[in-house]
Amino acid sequence: MQLIIGTPKEVYEGERRVAMTPESAAQLQKLGHSCIIQSGAGALAGFSDDDYIAAGVEIAKTAPALWKAADVVAKVRAPSEAEVKRLRSAQTLISFFNPAGNPDLMAAAAKKGSTVIAMDMVPRISRAQKMDALSSMANIAGYRAVIEAGNNFGRFFTGQVTAAGKVPPAKVLVVGAGVAGLAAIGTATSLGAITYAFDVRPEVAEQIESMGAEFVFLEFEESTQDSSATGGYAAPSSPEFREKQLEKFREMAPDIDIVICTALIPNREAPELWTEDMVQMMKPGSVIIDLAAEKGGNCKLTVMDEKIVTDNGVTIVGYTDFPSRMAAQASTLYSTNIRHMLTDLTPDKDGVIHHDMEDDVIRGATIAHEKEVTFPPPPPKVAAIAAAPKKETPKEPTPEEKRAAEAAAFKAATKSQVTMLAVGGALMLLVGSVAPASFMQHFIVFVLAVFVGFQVIWNVSHSLHTPLMAVTNAISSIIILGALMQIGSGSGLVILLAALSVFMAGINIFGGFLVTRRMLAMFQKS
Amino acid sequence: MEFGFTTAAYVIATVLFILSLGGLSGQESAKRAVWYGIVGMALAVVATLVGPGSGLWLLSILLIAGGGMIGYYVAQKVQMTEMPQLVAAMHSLVGLAAVFVGFIAHLELSNVQAMTAEARAGLDGFAGLLAHKSPVEQSILRVELFLGIFIGAVTFTGSVIAYGKLAGKVGSAATKLPGGHGLNAGAALLSVVCLIWYFNSGAMLPLALMTIAALFIGYHLIMGIGGADMPVVVSMLNSYSGWAAAAIGFSLGNDLLIVVGALVGSSGAILSYIMCKAMNRSFISVILGGFGGTAGPQMQVEGEQIAIEADGVAAALNDADSVIIIPGYGMAVAQAQQSVSELVRKLRASGKTVRFAIHPVAGRLPGHMNVLLAEAKVPYDIVMEMDEINDDFPTTDVAIVIGSNDIVNPAAQEDPNSPIAGMPVLECWKAKQVFVSKRGQGTGYSGIENPLFFKENTRMFYGDAKASLDKLLPMIG
Repeated sequence: MQLIIGTPKEVYEGERRVAMTPESAAQLQKLGHSCIIQSGAGALAGFSDDDYIAAGVEIAKTAPALWKAADVVAKVRAPSEAEVKRLRSAQTLISFFNPAGNPDLMAAAAKKGSTVIAMDMVPRISRAQKMDALSSMANIAGYRAVIEAGNNFGRFFTGQVTAAGKVPPAKVLVVGAGVAGLAAIGTATSLGAITYAFDVRPEVAEQIESMGAEFVFLEFEESTQDSSATGGYAAPSSPEFREKQLEKFREMAPDIDIVICTALIPNREAPELWTEDMVQMMKPGSVIIDLAAEKGGNCKLTVMDEKIVTDNGVTIVGYTDFPSRMAAQASTLYSTNIRHMLTDLTPDKDGVIHHDMEDDVIRGATIAHEKEVTFPPPPPKVAAIAAAPKKETPKEPTPEEKRAAEAAAFKAATKSQVTMLAVGGALMLLVGSVAPASFMQHFIVFVLAVFVGFQVIWNVSHSLHTPLMAVTNAISSIIILGALMQIGSGSGLVILLAALSVFMAGINIFGGFLVTRRMLAMFQKS
Repeated sequence: MEFGFTTAAYVIATVLFILSLGGLSGQESAKRAVWYGIVGMALAVVATLVGPGSGLWLLSILLIAGGGMIGYYVAQKVQMTEMPQLVAAMHSLVGLAAVFVGFIAHLELSNVQAMTAEARAGLDGFAGLLAHKSPVEQSILRVELFLGIFIGAVTFTGSVIAYGKLAGKVGSAATKLPGGHGLNAGAALLSVVCLIWYFNSGAMLPLALMTIAALFIGYHLIMGIGGADMPVVVSMLNSYSGWAAAAIGFSLGNDLLIVVGALVGSSGAILSYIMCKAMNRSFISVILGGFGGTAGPQMQVEGEQIAIEADGVAAALNDADSVIIIPGYGMAVAQAQQSVSELVRKLRASGKTVRFAIHPVAGRLPGHMNVLLAEAKVPYDIVMEMDEINDDFPTTDVAIVIGSNDIVNPAAQEDPNSPIAGMPVLECWKAKQVFVSKRGQGTGYSGIENPLFFKENTRMFYGDAKASLDKLLPMIG
């Protein structure tokens, strides 16, 4: 039996995204499902009904018809009360839910006997990244935040020297380097702004720098946070740390043109990081984009869902619907997240949903199943991120230490060289005192040859090691001289063995040299 | 009789050989250097033929010509990917020749000693040389030829086995007979006993016994070394063949043999040292086979290997500005160097920076990858050593790993319990995106799990390297 995946039109005021695109529908059908969508659901994201029909999607005229037809309902926003009422037993709902903030809705859905998968509860483990809708939405929000800032900022991002005068580059500070923060850094840097970024987790410094921003470094002696314990999110910091942080921001505020606040701690009020007095210090025309507005904002002047201008001319944007403002892009990404979730739910690609509550990802995201509320989930079996090993920052040696180390190294080298020479010399004398003179003559030649060999071979280029082996192979056929000297004296067995040796060495001489020549001829400059 | 001319020729030949090796310091000078070697060798052979080896000179020339034809044929025909086998096979010839020459010296020595004083006085050539030795010198001669035979025999069987492993005729896994190192130690002990015995008696039996023991050591030693350690083994055998020649040179009293043997011997030793250092392993642990001891469990690898198809790789490559390619033995096996070269040509034609990163132990022979890439007409100035390029990965858009595994394993840096902990590796995972062309999900020669394949920026491009690249090529540009 085929399952029917359905997507209704979003009922939330101003929501433009849609949970199914023609492209994702085509992929879902490959899994053995059939798809249905409410008429006009994709219109605001730029997908017409005709696009869906072309992708093989059925169109439901009204929302009730869709809810009735679909076995799995995929949508973007948490369901409204009316929508929860439409849920029926054994129906699956996939959407954002914010279960911690909506306990009543969750209980109602569970009572109906339907299964609810909250996209915002997908655990942050690498296997689940493909369905991490929070990250894909945060990515869009970060990008859009910079674009929005640019829209409200009356100057260029990039510095220019034009015939009409010099334009200084804009200075952007990104507070909080999560997915949104990093996306904002990337966008701001590529627009040409000088970007600074701050985060309480020092291990993200590398990520910040990799995106092209400068990490705002705090001189602070504290056992710093390890985000692996909190599932990759930041945790609240100590008051002393916060003081230090605000002090640093205050120092920077007069210079900063654009502040993008993205600091959020799961299930908490957003921390206040950009205080009123910092806003006062900023130049007129500056812009603050507060992505934490929904949770009260990192700046307390922020008004949720509105754009305000302070008395000193600083624009503060508190929109919370950045992803919706880029509905086409957001829908594409979100529908792909949904599709990946369904792929995991349909392991055999046969159109049958296998709701595996043993699977960390599915278990974590499921908040209602078989008439029970299954939130909060138990901690995942695999730790999300490997604990960062404590790093000792190596101390920069002082010039005196350096000089001392160099002197010590020189001394050690001298010592080992002298020791080796002494031991070698003693051994030579020892051998010389026993061996006859004729042997010693050859022995000296031997030792010198080894010495020359070591001096010469160190200079051979790495890339020529194979030719080196071929050439040494060829010249080690010098053993032929021995056989040549012997072949003429004696008889019978001696001649036979000597002849064989000459023959084999002959193969080697020609083979070795020719193959070396062949190899070397191939090396060419561009 | 004195051979002033021969000695002079030997001196010139020695100089030429040293210049020949020294010339390999650069690609251009190397082309000249190989001629030095050829001239040196020709000079040495001719000087010997007209001088001390003038007996049966016609036969000698015929034999050299015959061998030369075979050598010429082989050198023209061999595939560059088969270089490791060829080098190993040629080492075995030197080893066997050393054994023969050693035995001849023994036979002659016995003959000479059996003769009367008058007969000895009338001898010339090699026998004459022996005849003029004092008893002490003869004892020393015995030690020398004993050593020559011993090293030669080890080189011979060792090289034969190395050849078999490299050519895929013998399983490349490390295998040992029951008794392990004990057998080797026993055989070595037997050889020492034989040396004392032979030193005192000069009889044939201990010499033959020792030869058998040495042949066994060569066989067993190399059987116990895994495929991934082959670069060390081949350079070690290279070194041995040199020392064998030097030992024979002592017994024949020929300085040229001694000098060249010592040059080759030290060259092989240095190569072995470089290879070992590149793997962060001690020479002893490689020779004794298997990986050194590791403490504690290996780090668990988390996540999954994400596969990608040719169109995805092509899209990433078309977007990239800088690309680094890391070839390994897998490229040689799949004969993919031409396809790699074509890929590089196309990428460079569209203005991208493309470079190669070569790990010192990539492949089965020191410098193996360089030769393969050179054969495929990849210009050598974009082929970089590990140290030259390792710092550039963070600023690179795409790194492509073709058929290499351990040399790009981040566990070497991240996991102190990994068997390859501390081995210098190419830090390709620092690139923005990594593609790994690999046959399947196996762990390769060393059997070590590679966390690189599980990294977020890594995509696995499964399939035979050549087939995969050929699929990729039409989509580039």
